[in-house]
Amino acid sequence: MDYLKKHPLSFFLRLAVWASALLTAGVVIFLIGYILVQGVPNLTLPGLFAWEFTAENQSMMPAIINTVIMTVLTLLLAVPVGVFAAIYLVEYSKKGNRLVKLIRVTAETLSGIPSIVYGLFGYIVFVITLGWSYTLLSGIITLAIMILPLIIRTTEEALIAVPDSFREGSFGLGAGKLRTVFRIVLPSAVPGVLSGIILAIGRIVGESAALIFTAGTNPAIPGSLFSSASTLSVHLYTLLTEGLYTRQAYATAVVLLVMVIFINALSGMLAKKLWR
Amino acid sequence: MLSATVSILAVVLICCFLFDQGLPAMVEIGISDFITGTLWKPLEGHFGIFPMIIGSIYVTAGSIIFGVPIGLLCAVFMAKFCPQRLYRVMKPAIDLLAGIPSIVYGFFALMVIVPVMQDLTGTSGKGILTASIMLGIMILPTIISVSESAIRAVPESYYEGSLALGATHERSVFAATLPAAKSGIMAGVILGVGRAIGETMAVSMVAGNQAVIPQSITSGVRTMTANIILEMGYAGEGLHRGALIATAVVLFVFILIINISFSLLKRRGE
Repeated sequence: MDYLKKHPLSFFLRLAVWASALLTAGVVIFLIGYILVQGVPNLTLPGLFAWEFTAENQSMMPAIINTVIMTVLTLLLAVPVGVFAAIYLVEYSKKGNRLVKLIRVTAETLSGIPSIVYGLFGYIVFVITLGWSYTLLSGIITLAIMILPLIIRTTEEALIAVPDSFREGSFGLGAGKLRTVFRIVLPSAVPGVLSGIILAIGRIVGESAALIFTAGTNPAIPGSLFSSASTLSVHLYTLLTEGLYTRQAYATAVVLLVMVIFINALSGMLAKKLWR
Repeated sequence: MLSATVSILAVVLICCFLFDQGLPAMVEIGISDFITGTLWKPLEGHFGIFPMIIGSIYVTAGSIIFGVPIGLLCAVFMAKFCPQRLYRVMKPAIDLLAGIPSIVYGFFALMVIVPVMQDLTGTSGKGILTASIMLGIMILPTIISVSESAIRAVPESYYEGSLALGATHERSVFAATLPAAKSGIMAGVILGVGRAIGETMAVSMVAGNQAVIPQSITSGVRTMTANIILEMGYAGEGLHRGALIATAVVLFVFILIINISFSLLKRRGE
């Protein structure tokens, strides 16, 4: 109270700062708490984790499996390309190279494009132009393009953080450029690369707008790369637009949220390891 | 080297396909009719996306009104007020907020914010205000983390100098440190705007989606992104689909403008 009389402005500023911090924390707790409280009891609905999806059980098991397949295959496609691109940018390119600038600018542009535009692009290219209709493969390629900038940027940062003495030591022992990069520099950058990959997993798992018109909304385990498959996020969307299965939607949201929390915790742990 | 050019290739391809499919439709409708037309009735051949452009702008502006003050103050808290112990909890919580899928935000808004709005305003509860609040929450983590690092990048001597002149802790932070971090904070806000304008699923669930120019802040709007996601499913071959893709082209141009202003700001900051 003494403070209020002496410095009213400062007092109110302090109040405002604390209030907004509290509000933010409150939002986080309320959001997660609400979904968990409403959703966890619904996890026991009969048939929610059945292998077969039917109109009665609205099982999310196929969607979970699809999410895993989608994530793994997308990473298989995007990670090598992204890591090699970053290696080129950091290790091989000369400073001030026009091409490098262009790559940086385009990667930045890619990361700013909203996912719906990616979805539309995938729809035009794969579904219409190539005539694949809704397939797992269209979804995978669309997502791979989407997470590419993320992987390039995090790998780049990890590579830059490797001290030059490592490279010089390797050269000093007579190793060539290729051997230095792949045997010395890349292994020491692995934690950074991994944290980028985990961030990418988070994005893939949470993505829905880019997938609805590329991978489709078919809640079944796909027979091949050319069958339609909905991930967990898309499944949640279809549940909500139908409006009949609120309890199943809560349960799906819980599973999705738990996945995301787990992924976040993992990346947090890796980041800590990186700092040491 | 080959891999590195993939990102260039991807951007070129995206541009090519979008413009190739969108521009003919735009020309057929007439570019000015398309952008400034206020009537969207695909079945009767009216393709005016002006209500959607207005909708996107309103909702984004609303999210700034809710998100920026709170986000900025919270960033100040994180950088200058937060005790070390609390920081270790707050930081992961905010990161988590960034990682929550947009569909979950939409679900949450649909279940929590919409009913509250129904009670308060007596309308359907879906509209600009609801969407703005939700988007304000969604852009919080972006604004907080970018602003926080901008504030931390300001040399400590600014703050100390102000303290030494007899200013209080709060006054030093707000009058000496914050102005110096201005360009970084602006960059964070622009990044948040980009996220808000591109958001699709969550917005389409709580904005009401009426394709008319809204009359008040509680009436429903349809954004450009929602327009695409809602009608793409049943838009057959021809002009309707072309018009939807052209909507994406307009959205793309908006995003490009935002991106360019972001990188300009970043360059000035350096």
